[in-house]
Amino acid sequence: MGYRLSTDAMNQVLAELGKQYAIYAPKCYPGGNTFSEVDCIRYGEVHTVEEIETERKSDYSFKELLLPFSETLFFFTENTIQEASVIEKDMVIFLRSCDLHAVRRLDEIYLRNGLPDFYYQRLREKVQFVLIGCPAAFDSCFCVDMGTNRSDNYDAAFELRGGQVYMAARHPQWEALLRQYGEPVEGFAPSYVTETPTRVSIPADLSPAVAKSTVWDEYDKRCIGCGRCNYACPTCTCFTMQDIYYTDNAKAGERRRVAASCMVDGFTDVAGGGSYRKKHGERMRFKVLHKVYDFKQRNGYQMCVGCGRCDDVCPEYISFSAILNKLEEAMQEVRGDGQQ
Amino acid sequence: MTVSNEYLSHWAEIREVIPHTAIEYTFRMAYQGAVQPGQFFQVSIPKYGEAPISVSGIGEGTIDLTIRRVGRVTNEVFERYAGERLFLRGPYGIGFDVELYRGREVVIVAGGTGVSPVRPVIEHFYWHPELGRKVSLIAGFKSREDILFAEDFTRWQEQMDVILTVDNNNGDPDLRQGLVTEYIPALAIADPARAAAIVVGPPAMMRFSIQALLRRGIAEENIWVSYERKMCCGIGKCGHCKIDDVYVCLDGPVFNYTRAKDLAD
Repeated sequence: MGYRLSTDAMNQVLAELGKQYAIYAPKCYPGGNTFSEVDCIRYGEVHTVEEIETERKSDYSFKELLLPFSETLFFFTENTIQEASVIEKDMVIFLRSCDLHAVRRLDEIYLRNGLPDFYYQRLREKVQFVLIGCPAAFDSCFCVDMGTNRSDNYDAAFELRGGQVYMAARHPQWEALLRQYGEPVEGFAPSYVTETPTRVSIPADLSPAVAKSTVWDEYDKRCIGCGRCNYACPTCTCFTMQDIYYTDNAKAGERRRVAASCMVDGFTDVAGGGSYRKKHGERMRFKVLHKVYDFKQRNGYQMCVGCGRCDDVCPEYISFSAILNKLEEAMQEVRGDGQQ
Repeated sequence: MTVSNEYLSHWAEIREVIPHTAIEYTFRMAYQGAVQPGQFFQVSIPKYGEAPISVSGIGEGTIDLTIRRVGRVTNEVFERYAGERLFLRGPYGIGFDVELYRGREVVIVAGGTGVSPVRPVIEHFYWHPELGRKVSLIAGFKSREDILFAEDFTRWQEQMDVILTVDNNNGDPDLRQGLVTEYIPALAIADPARAAAIVVGPPAMMRFSIQALLRRGIAEENIWVSYERKMCCGIGKCGHCKIDDVYVCLDGPVFNYTRAKDLAD
């Protein structure tokens, strides 16, 4: 069942929810971008519908809510270990279809690839997802080609149309709230993107043999290995362990995990000096194949959700979607080598 | 659903510290539980961090961890002595299935600290010679000062063909000089088609040893390797050990060569 609400009524819904939940949505942080006088759109707690940024794509995804960039796992003293406590409130997260598909990828790695992850699991079970209807794609989006433009596994759906809020509920708690504050409307379904300005095509016969192509060479120079693509990606989940101790009491400290990037120096360094993928082009190949080949080999579906944030955030204007579109030619090059 | 917190380590007592070289010691740790040769533990000391270390020996109520002093964690481990404690979690990964080698000729080629993960396999056949047909061990180190498990090598000679070699013997006539690969062509292998091989060591040493073994007629599917990679979790999450579509911590560190040969970092 769909509902229509005034923004005031929606704010009452948010206030009601706010008693139990911390509500997170893409928010505008004016002037908060890396570049001067450019806004940053990223996730933050919201209390009113006006705070939710629906006009622009978020530069960073929801993932930091489930996998904080820096997360304390436990505290230690000389003889004891104390597990870090979890946030008390449950969470409601507003997100677009591409990001809701990304949640499935995070679940795949953190709940099913090997033993389940305690810290992810305890946050994950606190979350309800509200799909933000997405009527039109942004320039760098390619969700349709990645098959992530539609979602129906949301708890509620949300869309602003003509200054009014339209919602649909799948979770009984939302149904009850919307019935109280909104008026029923027939046939509301959240909008979804049906075509994108950016298109990608991934060769059906893509294989690790593509590593031998010269297509990767240009990234040895173009890529500066800053890792911004990984930090902006909603499906990049790697981390590094970090122990710290307090300067005013060196007997106590904590173990944290912090977001890691396969593009940044040191990712593969082993003690004693060993290191793999020293060239930036090799790292690019590793990342690209993870997103559109390796993950699928393991789990049966593509990792990349086509949000295009990596293209938006790259300081060297490297386009991930452009690389995907070079893979066909790269495979031809590799096959050609094999035939001679 | 409540899941257990795999990241919390447990204290384990250091029963014995066995020095091999200036920078490599074996820490014999109190440990109860099943461990497979080739598996690893995440060893840590709060404040200094955590590192994956292969099991180099499996005893009654103990495991051995042979640790090289090369990093932040391992430097601190070397400050710990018998009676003190280290944090452990594990064991993790897929190790060597010694049942696969039952009744077969086994060629083991190991270089440097690569001897550690295969030591439990060697010990298995030392104590149960009836389970193997014949074991040949070629082990290489840089110099006399770098030799690990020196006493073990002497003991192992009772049960198996042992070739211990160093890259540079500094003129010492009692010590073989040369790379491990030099000894593979002349190795006595009665039935290469059925023989099994295990190769562990630095990447270049593994590559050339495998080439030499293949030339001897040992089949790809009868060769096993063990890989060393950076790991922060041991449970398929942190991503550091991923190569192509495998996670070394989950799918390895021991791989059959038919799987390992196509993996490209």
